[in-house]
Amino acid sequence: MIKRVLFRNRLLPYLLILPEVLIVFVFFYWPSAKALFWSFTLEPPFGGFAQWVGLDNFRELFSSPEYYESAGITLIFAFWTTFISMGLALLLAIFVDRVIRGLVVYRTVLMWPYAVAAPAAAVAFQFIFQPGVGFFAFLNDIWPGIWDPNIVGADAMLMVIIAASWKSITYNFIFFLAGLQAIPRTFVEAAALDGAGPIRRFVTIVFPLLSPTFFFLLVINVTDSFTEGFGIINVMTQGGPGGATNILVYKIYQDGFVGLDLSGSSAQSVVLMSLVIALTFVQFKWIERRIHYAE
Amino acid sequence: MERKTLTAAAVLGLLAVGLAMPVEAKTEINLWYGLKGYLGKQVMKVCERFNAAQDEYEIVCTGKGNYDQALQAGIAAYRAKKHPHILQGVETATATLMLSGAIYPAHQLMADAGYDVDWSDYIGSIMSYYASSDGKLYSFPFNSSTPVMYYNIDMYEKAGISGPAETWEQFEENLRTLKASGVACPIAFSTYLWVHLEQFSYMHGEPISTRNNGFDGLDAELVFNQTSYVKHVERLKRWYDEKLGSYAKELFGVGTRESFATGKCGHYFGSIASHGTVLKSAKMKWNVAPLPHNEGVTPNNTVVGGASFWIMKGFDEADYKGVAAFFDFIRSVESQEFWSTVTGYVPTTRSGYDALVAKGFYKQEQYAGREVAIESLARTPPTPLSRGLRLGYFRQIKKIIGDELEQMLAGKKTAQEALDNAVKRGNEQLRRFEKQYQGQSLP
Repeated sequence: MIKRVLFRNRLLPYLLILPEVLIVFVFFYWPSAKALFWSFTLEPPFGGFAQWVGLDNFRELFSSPEYYESAGITLIFAFWTTFISMGLALLLAIFVDRVIRGLVVYRTVLMWPYAVAAPAAAVAFQFIFQPGVGFFAFLNDIWPGIWDPNIVGADAMLMVIIAASWKSITYNFIFFLAGLQAIPRTFVEAAALDGAGPIRRFVTIVFPLLSPTFFFLLVINVTDSFTEGFGIINVMTQGGPGGATNILVYKIYQDGFVGLDLSGSSAQSVVLMSLVIALTFVQFKWIERRIHYAE
Repeated sequence: MERKTLTAAAVLGLLAVGLAMPVEAKTEINLWYGLKGYLGKQVMKVCERFNAAQDEYEIVCTGKGNYDQALQAGIAAYRAKKHPHILQGVETATATLMLSGAIYPAHQLMADAGYDVDWSDYIGSIMSYYASSDGKLYSFPFNSSTPVMYYNIDMYEKAGISGPAETWEQFEENLRTLKASGVACPIAFSTYLWVHLEQFSYMHGEPISTRNNGFDGLDAELVFNQTSYVKHVERLKRWYDEKLGSYAKELFGVGTRESFATGKCGHYFGSIASHGTVLKSAKMKWNVAPLPHNEGVTPNNTVVGGASFWIMKGFDEADYKGVAAFFDFIRSVESQEFWSTVTGYVPTTRSGYDALVAKGFYKQEQYAGREVAIESLARTPPTPLSRGLRLGYFRQIKKIIGDELEQMLAGKKTAQEALDNAVKRGNEQLRRFEKQYQGQSLP
């Protein structure tokens, strides 16, 4: 049975959603509209006359090999961050779900990293990964020169992926744990009585029941890794070395705010936004079909 | 009765006006700067000294993070019409600021406010960076420095090196000698473009771009992939490959300066403004020397870096009188002396420099070596190729060159390939800038 709440006053519902709409308008629609407009002009940093250049900004963007490189880097970063953070979070959640004593302690401790701001986490990881004095310095003691995120692009990428994953594991963990605990014990116990081992129980019962949570987290993680990698990258690599960690969102910041090319960076924002919308659409269209939502 | 009251009220009123006069609010002048830490504190002291020196104006100085952040803040504020009177602008933003339409030129401000400034008192190579092509100052140079070579004397003595190298060829030999004598890190270095591209090109009289490094027009094109800079970049790659030093980025916490100052590395190239900072932490014997040059070349002057103060449009005449008074104060001998003493930046006026010399400043042990900077700035009169740079989006171009050079160090590209690509990408930026300011020209 579906419960419906009816408002007598026709105006009241609109009034109630007004603050939310206003906030979204001021902080999302208005700037987005402005970025869209700028992407068709050449906007001078200090304001003043902006020339209309049509699709020139986009044309320049799509003819730049560095832009495709940055898009490729973003995909690598998004894939591995999502994969590692969701995979480890699921594993941790399964373990914690089976813990009988001290559950609250484990749960609390595992949630803490979520409260750490990205730049703060990045500073901590920077110390860990520093080739000279950090924790990873021991690698260089054994094999001199094997670890150098200052120069070697792959090392720098690995470093930011680890830092970004670490940051979002906890968020995923909370959702997975809640999802696991919502699965009725009777299903699992019945399967156990029928002789299904833990892996079989997970594959045939637990995971299908967990799939709505999984899908939700997938959408959130992919979207996040496209946009939220900024804090980590800004502190740890600033897109370097040699542009090896220059993900699209960092490039937007770098070109627009540091380089003062407001229009070029607006065009990039428009492309990135379209990309994220398209990806989310694909996820809903293709993956959600296979999701089973409990009635 | 009524009349009496009125008179009394009038008298009281007059008294009130009379009493209010002395406590009338001072004209407030706002200044935003982009220096942090110790240097930021010294900017605050300069402001306090101005406030103490007169009682008509009150300057309120606010730190806005680093240079980039200060410029971003200034731009955002200008667009919202909440900008300060004075904005500190990094040298690489000179072209952008000159064409921004948001600037009240420095020479005009002083003329309008009735000051008769002896512009020739400003040191030529400092002035030329911030002046129009006909020599009129657009922004007031404030923190000006030039890079020098810092070297560890203890390590030199141990390895038997007699003194700092004058040429890059000798310098590289010295690095090898140090390495052979057991020094693990003869130099802490990076691709530091201010030293290795800009000063290198100025000193050798080679162009970074056509049109006299951009001074003659917005249609300049980068050409540093055709000069001896290519050979110099190959030299950096050799240092990296032969492990003659450690590649240290500021980003990783331990930059080149820290690596030198802690006694770990034998050399580093850096701004003379760091002289005071190194002095505070260094436990070894060290000194500074001019930047080396290629064999068989008589070097030109080096050029300033740092930042200058830009006056922003949109205030009334009374405010600008205060702004002018502030700049008149900044260029005074006492203020120049104060700023150079506490920081290590060079004085921007000849009179300031002469006063320091007369006081025997450069003879004092803790300041010895700082004269190297001003000597290299004044080595020759600035030529069209050693006046500085006036390229649009130069901040971004530097980032591009840096990226390409890092790819070269990682072995993905040769020096020539990296620089060719840097020139190609950099020229795209220049063309974008030219299109942005179509129909306008640099002053």
